[in-house]
Amino acid sequence: MRRVAITGLGVVAPGGVGVKEYWELLTAGRTATRRISFYDPSPFRSQVAAEVDFDPFAAGLSQQETRRLDRAAQFAVVSTREALADSGLEISALDPGRIGTAVGSAVGCTTSLEREYAVVSDGGRKWNVDHEYAVPELYRHFVPSSLAAEVGMAAGAEGPAAVVSTGCTSGLDSLGHAVELIREGTADVMIAGATEAPISPITSACFDAILATTPRNDTPESACRPFDKTRSGLVLGEGAAILVLEELESAKRRGAHIYAEISGFASRCNAYHMTGLKPEGLEMAEAIDAALAESQLAPESVDYVNAHGSGTKMNDRHETGAFKRSLGEHAYRTPVSSIKSMIGHSLGAIGSLEIAACALAMKHGVLPPTANLHEPDPELDLDYIPLVAREQQTDVVLSVGSGFGGFQSAMVLARPDRRTV
Amino acid sequence: MTAAVVTGLGITAPNGLGTEEFWKATLAGESGLGPVTRFDAAQYPSRIAGEVPGYVAEDHIPSRLMPQTDHMTRLALTAADWALKDAGIDTEELPEYGIGVVTAASGGAVEFGQRELQNLWSKGKEYVSAYQSFAWFYAVNTGQISIRHKLRGPSGVLLTEQAGGIDAIGHARRHIRKGFPAVIAGGVDAAICPWGWVPQIASGLMSTVDDPTRAYLPFAAEASGYVPGEGGAILLVEEAGSAGARSAAHVYGEIAGYAATLDPAPGTGRPPGLRRAAENALADAGITPGDVDVVFADASGVPDLDRAEAQALTELFGPAGVPVTAPKTMTGRLLAGGAALDAATALLALRDGVIPPTAHVTAPAPEHTIDLVTEAREADLRTALVLARGHGGFNAALVVRRTA
Amino acid sequence: MTTSTATVTLADLTRMLRESAGEEEGIDLDGDVIDTPFIDLGYDSLALLQVIGEIQRDYGISIPDDAVVDAETPGALLALINSGRTPAA
Repeated sequence: MRRVAITGLGVVAPGGVGVKEYWELLTAGRTATRRISFYDPSPFRSQVAAEVDFDPFAAGLSQQETRRLDRAAQFAVVSTREALADSGLEISALDPGRIGTAVGSAVGCTTSLEREYAVVSDGGRKWNVDHEYAVPELYRHFVPSSLAAEVGMAAGAEGPAAVVSTGCTSGLDSLGHAVELIREGTADVMIAGATEAPISPITSACFDAILATTPRNDTPESACRPFDKTRSGLVLGEGAAILVLEELESAKRRGAHIYAEISGFASRCNAYHMTGLKPEGLEMAEAIDAALAESQLAPESVDYVNAHGSGTKMNDRHETGAFKRSLGEHAYRTPVSSIKSMIGHSLGAIGSLEIAACALAMKHGVLPPTANLHEPDPELDLDYIPLVAREQQTDVVLSVGSGFGGFQSAMVLARPDRRTV
Repeated sequence: MTAAVVTGLGITAPNGLGTEEFWKATLAGESGLGPVTRFDAAQYPSRIAGEVPGYVAEDHIPSRLMPQTDHMTRLALTAADWALKDAGIDTEELPEYGIGVVTAASGGAVEFGQRELQNLWSKGKEYVSAYQSFAWFYAVNTGQISIRHKLRGPSGVLLTEQAGGIDAIGHARRHIRKGFPAVIAGGVDAAICPWGWVPQIASGLMSTVDDPTRAYLPFAAEASGYVPGEGGAILLVEEAGSAGARSAAHVYGEIAGYAATLDPAPGTGRPPGLRRAAENALADAGITPGDVDVVFADASGVPDLDRAEAQALTELFGPAGVPVTAPKTMTGRLLAGGAALDAATALLALRDGVIPPTAHVTAPAPEHTIDLVTEAREADLRTALVLARGHGGFNAALVVRRTA
Repeated sequence: MTTSTATVTLADLTRMLRESAGEEEGIDLDGDVIDTPFIDLGYDSLALLQVIGEIQRDYGISIPDDAVVDAETPGALLALINSGRTPAA
């Protein structure tokens, strides 16, 4: 079977643009959550978010790109360019038809859409919104498939392209989709990852209405507290991570730097509730088992778990249950952490940002911590790497995600030369 | 390799609610296009749409789901119910994680979203529904179908605008090949509300002709853009062995080939990717253009895009080398629902040995050297090619083949 | 600031539940449901959040976030609403 290697990374994340800044933030255990500055958050129950300080021109976008692209698309294009440069791949020497694109996003171009809605509806006054005030880019924002077209065209890819939109598992599922395309032989290279720029009043209102985001507004920098007894909800984030994925043997032949192999991926649905989770984490455990089986790895070989760790009461219990179910006793010996404590929850993008963090953890032999974890929840009794990054070599890493709609996904990264069972 | 066959169809279309209603109307050339009734479109330059007739949501959707679902999701749930019923499948007899759901989406559940945006902007955040967090979003149809039928297999949502229906079916075949016995796949869409209308006007591709019989005329000399519609199709895609083992009531056909491509970036001078998608799908099915008995065209209705498609067809099949049809002239373009409905229509054509017509078009413009089917035509159909393009450069092609 | 002095009755609550969250098949909301857990009436936390939102808006009162977890029955929710009577901020 054809195998898939990660050979390039590009990141836009709260706390910094670029992989270097991203990794510095994560390993320092620093948080990028703050009081929302994009709009007045005072009407909202939750007033904090992890925002990216993003200057499109400084990040290399042209005037025309900046006008044409939604913020999420801007993040994605900037990340694509960084990832391609990092991979050292000479795209122009390849058959563009063999390069595919898969971009995850849960809410698409929601920031631009809301901004334009406010104009065409005159501040919500008109049901029959005014087409005379519609900008030419409006349709591009209306269909978030545009995100994949922009990434593909920025990379010179002409193979299969799609946006994968499975709520908060989009960023894992888009990578899983890309892995399948390389394995089945449809593509040799995939430009894959995810992007999201959801910090907008309508998103604040949505999460307020279901009490999903934290009301901990007094201390924004420590508002996201996965696995902590005092956790009170997620903190919205934004960002993008785009990866270059290649068929392993051809990556080796060209002497590419290989961060890791994506050795297994699986997704299941809980078919239970659009937003709720059952505490046992059955379906997530099933996805983990399937991803490990596909990797031909035993549960005991997992060295590190990058958790979904959104910081809601329900999630952290749910996935702790799933880890125990899948890894058994080994769960108690395996370090687990949630980088959402530092960069917030960027919905559809977060899965790819987490895989980028896993790839960097394997490269550098350092595990990012769970920030703000001062008082462990007695019900959650695993090793969640509190506060401080940990030096540890890892050969096999598991990352999981959970999304509205009931999606549960798991991905395994491994060193290509590992021993399998 | 394992074959993926279609054993169930569920259709909600502007010219027919339910598979047989739709198929009867389609063969008769009966169009579902007409003046917009879902909102007052008088102020807009485009006023024609394909609306699903006679759909009473309360007859199909449980009361508890009504406040949390948009019109789009209700149509999708209904189509999925029908597809499962048509397949006669007992989902509880299949393995626990055996059935997944893969749907396409375009702009999400737009009408629901517009209402909540209006609540937020005109009244305040306290007025935003607790259901808004998922009811509008792109994954909602997959999630709700999965919950309603307790389907826990691998699921997904693919966005390639109007090509999405084919991508969802192609993706379903991947799951079948990985060993899952069945996948519910397709697309159902609805965006006939002001906030779904205005972005389409901004695209500049919509027809502004007011006569429902003249507004959407793909490949005609008078082509003037497209007319949007709502609805789509959900298919039950099943592993051939599983369908055989349970003696499935129908096997409409096999998903024999699938491919997708992206157009090159503007300004590169490279050709668009539709032809390549078609060639790759034929290669994937192990056939040559000569084996194709009918093509269901993307049929954009935008003159430049019609020209590009006619040219790709001529290059592949030769001048008038294969019958080409566009029954979507009777439904309008259904966004993420369109390509799935075309795939379902192609399967019905294979079943009955008849090519449905392209309505309202009397003949293709002389520059298009294609054999455009303008009246239902009986033919011994074994293999159909379905083409679709999504805004921004997406191309997808699907080969469906009769199994007996 | 708006405050209402009207008391929310069970009939008000069931009406609002029907409107904002629908009605589970086979459940008679007009029957003796005051002590029936919401979950047995077919209502999940989202349904409760939806109806609590409506009560807050219609009656101009503020209901604490915990109500959705703590009030397991219509009776408990009504008690919480009608005793608290905190004016909306």
